[in-house]
Amino acid sequence: MKKFMLVNRKAPYGSIYALESLEVVLIAAAFEQDVSLAFIDDGVYQLKKGMQTKAIATKNFSPTYRALEDYDIDKLYVEAESLAARGLTAEDLVTDVKVVDAKTLGELMEQQDVVLSF
Amino acid sequence: MKIAVLVNEGPYQHQASDSAYLFCMAALAKGHEIQRVFFYHDGVNNASKFTEPPQDDRNIVARWSKLAEEHKVDLVVCVAAGLRRGVVADTLAPGFRISGLGQLIDSGIKADRLVTFGD
Repeated sequence: MKKFMLVNRKAPYGSIYALESLEVVLIAAAFEQDVSLAFIDDGVYQLKKGMQTKAIATKNFSPTYRALEDYDIDKLYVEAESLAARGLTAEDLVTDVKVVDAKTLGELMEQQDVVLSF
Repeated sequence: MKIAVLVNEGPYQHQASDSAYLFCMAALAKGHEIQRVFFYHDGVNNASKFTEPPQDDRNIVARWSKLAEEHKVDLVVCVAAGLRRGVVADTLAPGFRISGLGQLIDSGIKADRLVTFGD
């Protein structure tokens, strides 16, 4: 088993990176790897509560983040600096996460075998 | 060293696939092994046999095909990302094959390094 970290850096809508990154997360879990997710920069918006996507005719995939626990993916790290810069707190997010500072997140990345950045 | 490469951007639109190709050539020249190149997101467009750049430009798709032929590099296009974008078995240039995201995870498991090229 290897340690995979998927780093999400982009807003959920506007480009397909976030949606297709989630597909990688689910496959990595299916391969029974040690999977964790990091959310930095605009990637923190992927976890924002209250997304309404009907008006842009795009599938709302917010519920998938809440379902990650069912795939035994419970290591979700959100960078404190990125949240603060956007006026958000952990209360604004759809699921339970660990809020960590950039330095701690860097240390977590150091411990990984594979870091995939989307 | 056993190296796998992930290409996340389409050809010509973005530098990523050029950089990925040049990285592969440099790694091979240094005696490393390229375990696989996996094409994801718009990266799947690197595999389209219908690509026809102007005569005075590099042919990115043909360049990948040549890499596969000369160095036996496994070029894998993600099936789901390909279907979304109309890249399917019938439209593949030589040397590419269609498979699932499992092949990307497999590269993460088997390679010493997995190097991402993208935005």
